[in-house]
Amino acid sequence: MEKLAIDYSTPQTMLLKLIGDWRISSGLPQISDVTSQLLTHKDIRRLDIDVSLMTNWDSGLVSFLIEVFKECRGRKIEVVRQGLPAGIGQFLRLADKPNAEVKPPGIIREPFLSRIGERVVRLGRSSRSLVNFLGEITCAFGRFWRGKAYFRWGDFIAIVQKCGVDALGLVSLISVLVGVILAFVGAIQLELFGAQIFIADIVGIAMVRVMGAVMTGVLISGRTGASFAAELGIMQTNEEIDAFRTLGVNPVEFLVMPRVMALVVMMPLLTLYADFMGILGGFIISTGVLGINPVEYINHTQAAVGLSNLWVGLVHSVVFGVIIAVAGCLRGIKCERSAAGVGEATTSAVVSAITSIVIATAIITFICRVIRV
Amino acid sequence: METLSAAVIEARNLDLSYDDYVVMRDLNFKVQKGDIFIVMGGSGCGKSTLLKALIGLKEPARGEVLYGGRDFWKQDDAKQQNIMRSFGVLYQGGALWSSLTLGENVALPLELYSRLSPEQIREVAELKLALVGLAGYADFYPSELSGGMRKRAGLARAIALDPDIIFFDEPSAGLDPPSARMLDDLIIQLRDTLGATIVVVTHELASIFAVGNNSIFLDSETKTMVASGNPRDLLNNSKNPRVIRFLTRGERQGVAR
Repeated sequence: MEKLAIDYSTPQTMLLKLIGDWRISSGLPQISDVTSQLLTHKDIRRLDIDVSLMTNWDSGLVSFLIEVFKECRGRKIEVVRQGLPAGIGQFLRLADKPNAEVKPPGIIREPFLSRIGERVVRLGRSSRSLVNFLGEITCAFGRFWRGKAYFRWGDFIAIVQKCGVDALGLVSLISVLVGVILAFVGAIQLELFGAQIFIADIVGIAMVRVMGAVMTGVLISGRTGASFAAELGIMQTNEEIDAFRTLGVNPVEFLVMPRVMALVVMMPLLTLYADFMGILGGFIISTGVLGINPVEYINHTQAAVGLSNLWVGLVHSVVFGVIIAVAGCLRGIKCERSAAGVGEATTSAVVSAITSIVIATAIITFICRVIRV
Repeated sequence: METLSAAVIEARNLDLSYDDYVVMRDLNFKVQKGDIFIVMGGSGCGKSTLLKALIGLKEPARGEVLYGGRDFWKQDDAKQQNIMRSFGVLYQGGALWSSLTLGENVALPLELYSRLSPEQIREVAELKLALVGLAGYADFYPSELSGGMRKRAGLARAIALDPDIIFFDEPSAGLDPPSARMLDDLIIQLRDTLGATIVVVTHELASIFAVGNNSIFLDSETKTMVASGNPRDLLNNSKNPRVIRFLTRGERQGVAR
């Protein structure tokens, strides 16, 4: 049904007849229906509105009228507001005000060089805060050794349980599969020479020396590092960390130290477990699918995996433990006080932990090469 | 240099800013012992930033915050912590430590800074919870309480060590009127019973007039304090139109009389 009828029976006057339902939900006529008429009838000096046939209205009518009034004001047409529904006047007065002269802060596009400068400054600032944070952790540990730190063993045990025991299932699954993959990939080449038995060496050395630690590190970054960042981030948002500070308690002692310690203790243990599970995965595939003798496989593994490999793996795991805990806690404590801030902190905790793990692996591998371990 | 009658808190030429953005400039005021001192002003004018500078969370860009005549921000860490130990702070949302029960929340400051036995600590913590009307809630976690209860528990923690100065950040925000009233009564009681000096950051008129005996008004347009004194006197005598508009909820426009 047509909602708008226009009548020109009175000279120089446009009569807008509003008909039927004028609510947002039932659709509204285009404002151009009126403006096009105003363009063709340039002699119009007065606008009347007839609402006698209108059944319902809401803010849809108000917004339509405001547009019409604006058009009329531009063309110096007098608007007769009598006859409009009662109550709409207040509505119109509230809405029909010139926009405040404010601009949203928005994104100002900086010139290229200044953006680079900004990045560098920001990088400098974040490195400084990382160094500060590491310093604070070191001091906290210093106080801990002297028995002066405020440390709750109960919290430590709870964190150990959460990041260690509770992660066993996931670590088992991933490690077994990594062992399986290593065995299959090794088999591709070694079968060509009839040297399948060396799969035991490959799986054993790879798992114990680096893969066990790296895979555990990646898993724990996603699992525990993220949860540290989110937990501390929410505490920051709720002013809980401020509450520690004003009480004269160093939040690093109370919140960060137990987390770092828990991961430094649990990462090597989890890594040992992952090593074992990885070798088990390789064993299952080699003996079950590739037809290697089980006893021979075990003997080969024992001969290949020396103690030095184990130490290298454990050094990796301790370093990863520190990296994950520091990345998670730092991002959490520096978190912005908003929901988005917590999300960002969590993401960046995981990303920076995984990146640092890969970089650290490369460095440790290089050092081992140089010192021939 | 400083006399014995030095104000409990004194701000001198205080400027507050975030990096280059200036929030407030040139704040000067004194809080005397036993005062209930109100920091008022519109939303976002810098009240909470001032509070942070007072409680040692954010260093001011310029100026001094003196406690008993000593400039807080010029002390070394140990002395700053000593001064901070004489504070109790009630944060806007209570800021209870979510991994601890209410009893543990209140007990923690006592464990740190008192020489009581664990048994005595528990008793004192329960007493403080009872003072704020939360007797029997010692074993609840913060997440199991309503917003108002969390705030009261936050207050119990703030008064755990019977502090000399208690800071309140928007104490009645988010509370229903009776709870807000109860908190106002508690503020006055704390002053009277503990002899504490109290600083309240708020824009709730009812609270301002109910508890305040001294105040400053921070104005976001001029970025400084434009009035100070007893809030009731300000209501009657202030010539500043923005102060009058604020104190009368915009009912009086406060043109110069």
